[in-house]
Amino acid sequence: MREEVVIPGCFLGESVTAGEGTFVEENRVYSMVYGLVKRDKKEVEVIPLSGKYLPKAGDLVIGKVIESTFSMWIMDINSPYEGLLRLSNYPKRIEKEDMQKEMRVGEMVITRIKEVEFPMRINLAMDDRKCAVIREGVVIEITHTKIPRVIGKGGSMINLIKKKIGCNIFIGQNGRIWLSGSDEKIELAAETILKIEREAHANRLADRIDRFIRERKKGKGKNAK
Amino acid sequence: MQNRPEKLINDGIRLDGRGPDEIRPIKIEAGVLNRADGSCYIEWGGNKVLAAVYGPREAHPRHLQDSRKAIIKYRYNMASFSVEDRKRPGPDRRSVEISKVSRDALAPVLMLEYFPRSSIDIFVEILQADAGTRTTGITAASVALADAGIPMKNLVSAISVGKADGEVILDLIREEDNYGEADMPVAMITETGDITLLQMDGRITGEEFIKALNFAKKGCESVYKLQRRSLIEKYEKSCSD
Repeated sequence: MREEVVIPGCFLGESVTAGEGTFVEENRVYSMVYGLVKRDKKEVEVIPLSGKYLPKAGDLVIGKVIESTFSMWIMDINSPYEGLLRLSNYPKRIEKEDMQKEMRVGEMVITRIKEVEFPMRINLAMDDRKCAVIREGVVIEITHTKIPRVIGKGGSMINLIKKKIGCNIFIGQNGRIWLSGSDEKIELAAETILKIEREAHANRLADRIDRFIRERKKGKGKNAK
Repeated sequence: MQNRPEKLINDGIRLDGRGPDEIRPIKIEAGVLNRADGSCYIEWGGNKVLAAVYGPREAHPRHLQDSRKAIIKYRYNMASFSVEDRKRPGPDRRSVEISKVSRDALAPVLMLEYFPRSSIDIFVEILQADAGTRTTGITAASVALADAGIPMKNLVSAISVGKADGEVILDLIREEDNYGEADMPVAMITETGDITLLQMDGRITGEEFIKALNFAKKGCESVYKLQRRSLIEKYEKSCSD
């Protein structure tokens, strides 16, 4: 199945609902980005092939602490904008002097985007079950537009990787992925995910990935003997 | 520098064998630089131009930030080896002007309100020049912007028109630019016909101007098709292997 690629300004249809990645001019819907068209019964959307992550309230992301001020942590969330985690949005009550003990500059943190205020002030919170400071494993970075491919339809791709490799994986919406487990498993999982990023649009991606993991495991086994 | 050729147009045939309304061969490739968010390499006749786009990213210095939209930076730069006589490196009056008009030529299609406080940085490097570098640069930058995933209303295409030996011609080469009567770069949103850049050096009559503009429109249509194809080809290439 060949997907429909469009460039900005491509006419997509009349009297359809304009989804993300599109704009309307005189009742006609056009694409706004270079990407792939997704048509529903009523709605038309364009999924971009590239671009920067734009924070959206509710997204779980992996942030990197870049500064710790007297009342908040400032985080790089792999976006043009910095994320701010205020002390009041931290689940534990801690003294200001102890902020450095909780999260140090350079550490990776799973956090939730609480709200996006004008003009692009990003407030973070740690109010999700999954939110935590990352103290083990590895964080890798891919283009955030490829995240849906890594997850797959209904989580099929990510479950395949988890099952075949047996590594813990957390995917941040901003393109950062946390891997934990044994070094070998992390290495294979990272290679697999980078392969998905590279070949995101190949036909029958799941089969290719399945084969890749099997071959790599066999190869490793032989070397060990 | 070579001397002026005796005739620029012989029986309707130009020095490089083209007719008055023909364009030079153009090759466009999108996504050639790994570290840039979007990029494009273009070969247009004797012009070789590389365009890179970074961003949207945090705008520096901070006082340049606009709380309602992104700002655009455009840097047009000629390599010292891009022309016959060594070009003194660094910005000069000419390149500052070209950067400004090129930025303004692209601004109407960019949806900057999606990225308040940020900056979109465009770098255009002229590696080899053979007349029409600003239009080649705008054409390449437009593809690089789309490749970077920046929201846009459409692509901008650009081409130069002019007059030499009393005839209106499309897509001038260096000899025609240097010794011709007029040179007029045009940038437009091809699909809507909106003109986003129009400059002129020299003089032509009103009638000739209309004719030149029609030539430019026709030229931009061919350029637009190549721009679109380069982006679609980039995607197809990513599918095949």
